Amino acid sequence: MNTPAELKYTKSHEWVRVEADGTVTVGITDHAQEALGDIVFLELPEAGRTVAAGEECAVVESVKAASDIYAPLGGEIVAANDDAVDAPESVNADAYATWLFKLKPDNLADADALLDAAAYTAIAGAD
Amino acid sequence: MSQHTPLHAAHLAAGARMVDFAGWDMPVNYGSQIEEHHAVRSDAGMFDVSHMLALDLTGEGATAYLRTLLANDVAKLGTLGKALYSCMLNDAGGVIDDLIVYYFAANHFRIVVNAGTADKDVAWMRKQIAALGANVTLDARRDLAMIAVQGPNARAKTWHAIPGSEAASVGLKPFFGAELGDMLIARTGYTGEDGFEITLPAANATDTWNALIAAGVAPCGLGARDTLRLEAGMNLYGQDMDEDTSPLDAGLAWTVDFKDPGRNFIGRAALEAAPASRQVLGLILEDRGVLRAHQTVFTEHGEGETTSGSFSPTLQKAIAFARLPLGVEAGDAVEVDIRGKRLKARAVKLPFARHGKALV
Repeated sequence: MNTPAELKYTKSHEWVRVEADGTVTVGITDHAQEALGDIVFLELPEAGRTVAAGEECAVVESVKAASDIYAPLGGEIVAANDDAVDAPESVNADAYATWLFKLKPDNLADADALLDAAAYTAIAGAD
Repeated sequence: MSQHTPLHAAHLAAGARMVDFAGWDMPVNYGSQIEEHHAVRSDAGMFDVSHMLALDLTGEGATAYLRTLLANDVAKLGTLGKALYSCMLNDAGGVIDDLIVYYFAANHFRIVVNAGTADKDVAWMRKQIAALGANVTLDARRDLAMIAVQGPNARAKTWHAIPGSEAASVGLKPFFGAELGDMLIARTGYTGEDGFEITLPAANATDTWNALIAAGVAPCGLGARDTLRLEAGMNLYGQDMDEDTSPLDAGLAWTVDFKDPGRNFIGRAALEAAPASRQVLGLILEDRGVLRAHQTVFTEHGEGETTSGSFSPTLQKAIAFARLPLGVEAGDAVEVDIRGKRLKARAVKLPFARHGKALV
């Protein structure tokens, strides 16, 4: 399982990268893309939308199934990855290079409570 | 504890992603289900379908029994190896299962039923044997494995892989089978492509599977099997019809044979009392998104519902089967509710694709 040590993770299989500007970048993990199979459609949140932690805010659809993506932290959506919408298969090709949206958290310190790579690997490995 | 087919170890060795399907641990893909789909449309792929149950029906009363048990008429067979697709109905005209029956002789048929319904099918068949006092014997053949080899190059690659198979099967027309030793090679399938479904002793399954891989046949999982059958306009039991669905409402009127007025098959009276109230058409989504089962369809003639949906690798668009009000026609613009949004779709005739080509 590919789980980069510098990222944070959620139990619902999102990865989170804390950026220098105080925003976070969010995608789905390599484990998640493999479980979903060939991804063919992404529905991403619009910039400006306010989301609560744990709120459904995007949908990733593979040939097999639709899967909800949850906001890892509360805050405001500041960007969505339109290139990924045009090429959903890039999530399968590299789940960590293909971010889905960027979020300005209400409280960046909440990111400290997200899972680290070891904790996520333990959870995902038990799936 | 899930059941394993004779090819289970071969799937694990090939790196398959396994899922539970009707109590069986089956491969959903071996990497990319889209690549497996394209392999079948453009070359040759194979599926382990050993979870399906083969049954042998023998005895003097076999033909008469099947003419009552099944909605299609086995009197159409009568040629060695000929196959027939049929629904098996309950008294209310609902579909207990859909199946394939092969004719070996007037007193010997082979029946292949779905995995998820196998137990209830056998119970129903035995109940009808008793009720009709039929002079037949029904044997479940869990000693057999089944491999479906499908695609434009499927036959040639099978002939290369299985010694003697070319001579045995080169003359087979579609929907006919031939025996080769203890193997049955039938020119049937569930993908809309040419190919064979091969039934063979479980003990020989892995060697044959490996010989087919060596001949260039790609192992394919249930994921690709589902998108291939969807493109080919073929129903999936439990999704597109079930015990509460009339075959006349499920796009299967062509499989119900009313011609012989003296043939009182189970469910006939119910079907004659309740003609089709819905029709099945295909949908192609024009907006971006993916169609799935149980989405509401809005038409000028009222609402309908999708029964199966996915992304079509051949069309590169989302497609679905939809049960729609009578009056909707192919070409009509409709809308589909996807997560609360109404997206534009178009009704089309089935199938969407066959023999490597998009048809819509």
